[in-house]
Amino acid sequence: MTGVINQLAHNRRALVGLAILGCFALLALVGPLFVGDPTAMVARPLSPPSWDHWLGTTGQGQDVLAQTIAGARTTLVIGFTVGFAQVAIGALVGTTAGYVGSRVDDALSLVINIFLIMPGLPLMVIVAAYMPTGSITIALVLVATGWAWSARVIRAQAMSLRDRDFVLAARLAGENPLRIVTHEIVPNMTSLLASAFIGATIYAIGAEVALEFLGLGDVSAVSWGTNLYWASNDSALLTGAWWTFVPTGTCVALVGSALALVNSAIDEIGNPRLRTEHAFEDELRAAGMSPGLSTPVLRREVD
Amino acid sequence: MMFTELLRVEDLRVEYLTEAGRVRVVDDVSFTLRRGEILGLAGESGSGKTTIALAILRLLKAPAAITGGRILFEGRDILDLDEVELRRMRGRRIALVTQSAMNALNPVLTIGEQLADAIIEHERVTRFRARERAREQLQVVGIDPDRVRSYPHELSGGMRQRVVIAMALALSPSLVLMDEPTTALDVVIQRDILVEIAKLRDERGFTILFISHDLSLLLEMCTRIGVLYAGRLVEAAGARSLAEKPKHPYTEGLIRCFPPLVNRAAPAGLHFGRAGPPPRLVGIGGAPPDPRDPPPGCHFHPRCARCVAVCRTTEPALITVAKDHEVACHRLQS
Repeated sequence: MTGVINQLAHNRRALVGLAILGCFALLALVGPLFVGDPTAMVARPLSPPSWDHWLGTTGQGQDVLAQTIAGARTTLVIGFTVGFAQVAIGALVGTTAGYVGSRVDDALSLVINIFLIMPGLPLMVIVAAYMPTGSITIALVLVATGWAWSARVIRAQAMSLRDRDFVLAARLAGENPLRIVTHEIVPNMTSLLASAFIGATIYAIGAEVALEFLGLGDVSAVSWGTNLYWASNDSALLTGAWWTFVPTGTCVALVGSALALVNSAIDEIGNPRLRTEHAFEDELRAAGMSPGLSTPVLRREVD
Repeated sequence: MMFTELLRVEDLRVEYLTEAGRVRVVDDVSFTLRRGEILGLAGESGSGKTTIALAILRLLKAPAAITGGRILFEGRDILDLDEVELRRMRGRRIALVTQSAMNALNPVLTIGEQLADAIIEHERVTRFRARERAREQLQVVGIDPDRVRSYPHELSGGMRQRVVIAMALALSPSLVLMDEPTTALDVVIQRDILVEIAKLRDERGFTILFISHDLSLLLEMCTRIGVLYAGRLVEAAGARSLAEKPKHPYTEGLIRCFPPLVNRAAPAGLHFGRAGPPPRLVGIGGAPPDPRDPPPGCHFHPRCARCVAVCRTTEPALITVAKDHEVACHRLQS
């Protein structure tokens, strides 16, 4: 475990990604203490950025900076919770189906497949419209429509690991199935689980913002999605009030990119060959060559 | 018998371009392979045997790169060839027999299809003719031609290795690289395959670069042998000369490591151990160096019983000490 942390600390992608995520986590945690009530009307509506209100005000005369910071908390909490829940359910169902096999697999695969063919966004729109509005509804809808993707991938990995000799050895040693799954199989897909979690979180943040933008969330709460909803409601694009949507949009993009960076760093750490290949390609490029099908020939430089 | 030069490897250097810098795995290796010869390359795991064979075919995978030297094959430098020329050369001029026959064969195609595919790829023949050739080729390696319809999993390990050899020989290459062709097989099958290889070579006259960690096997098979240690060629000599008068301490150690399957006085031919007191086996202490951090001077010096001061500082050059016998050891350079 310390090895992984050490590797993350030496990986440029991971460092940049984690730094951005750390900033947003801090912002979400303590940011609201430093700004006023984001819902209070503090100035003339739609006033552009000024010394008093660094990012201007919304159509309701609320401070955009306060709204963006307050929105981070809601959106990030929902994003990470949903991402975690999707992968947790996916891992539970996926490993059970993949490891137990036969009829259990048939039944669980059927359920997974049904959830997979459900069209995600339209279903979310309908479900969100019929359930009481709010963050919890959106989180539940996102988990329900998203877990099957992780389950499918994890099931395949569990099926492949089930037939390895070290699992056979564990069975011969008399370990019980639960222990085999938790100690032999799951640790072998750590990097898969980690990247599934990050992928699911990116998806959850995007979908959450999208649903709230469509007005399917609680429009009176402050989150990045509702910020964009109100910006659109106040015809920000028509009136040229860019400061009402650019900060929130930038935050969503930054968090998404940071997560993607961490994801690719985890991929590199879980698959060391990838890292070596990057170093190899860099050195060839420095010599003005591109990696081809055959072994490259780098003539010794005269030194 | 007159030997003409077929392959000349000069100062071949292969390095892994890693994030921690370059790791040299083949260090200025030179050798010559004459037509009709069987040159053996011996060495333990990681000494660079397979890397040299794959470098000759330019088939080393990333992060390996050839960073120096020349590989002259039939007068042309393989390191100057482009992708199209390399494809034309591989298989038709130089073939490779790999160690793991199961992995070299595609499990979902019949062996006949795979043989025919190899032929069609390089020669302008009809598929019908290629299939006929596949049958002939199986017969050459001692497999019932009707097995063309078999899938790899339906064959035994020895038969699969024969199929891989048939595939390598299908296009009559002038050079066949054999990378541990019998290591995965039991000794009885191993003997059959080796006899088969020797027979085919006599009939068809191709040249073999035979790679193995089993020096006793090489002593029986090869005309000449090169001994690799940590990416460097430490000794190269005729098989008999090497078996009887090994000069390099490493080679001596290797030869002391195995019970003599052959009578030392007559290394050629397949003899079995004679009755008598079992010889005392002596190992080589220590382990091969880490290629990321090789010892200075002679790579073998930390394990060498006869190490002197100069061994720790200066890399010994390969010098000729007797007729057809080259050694890289300071102790022999006075």
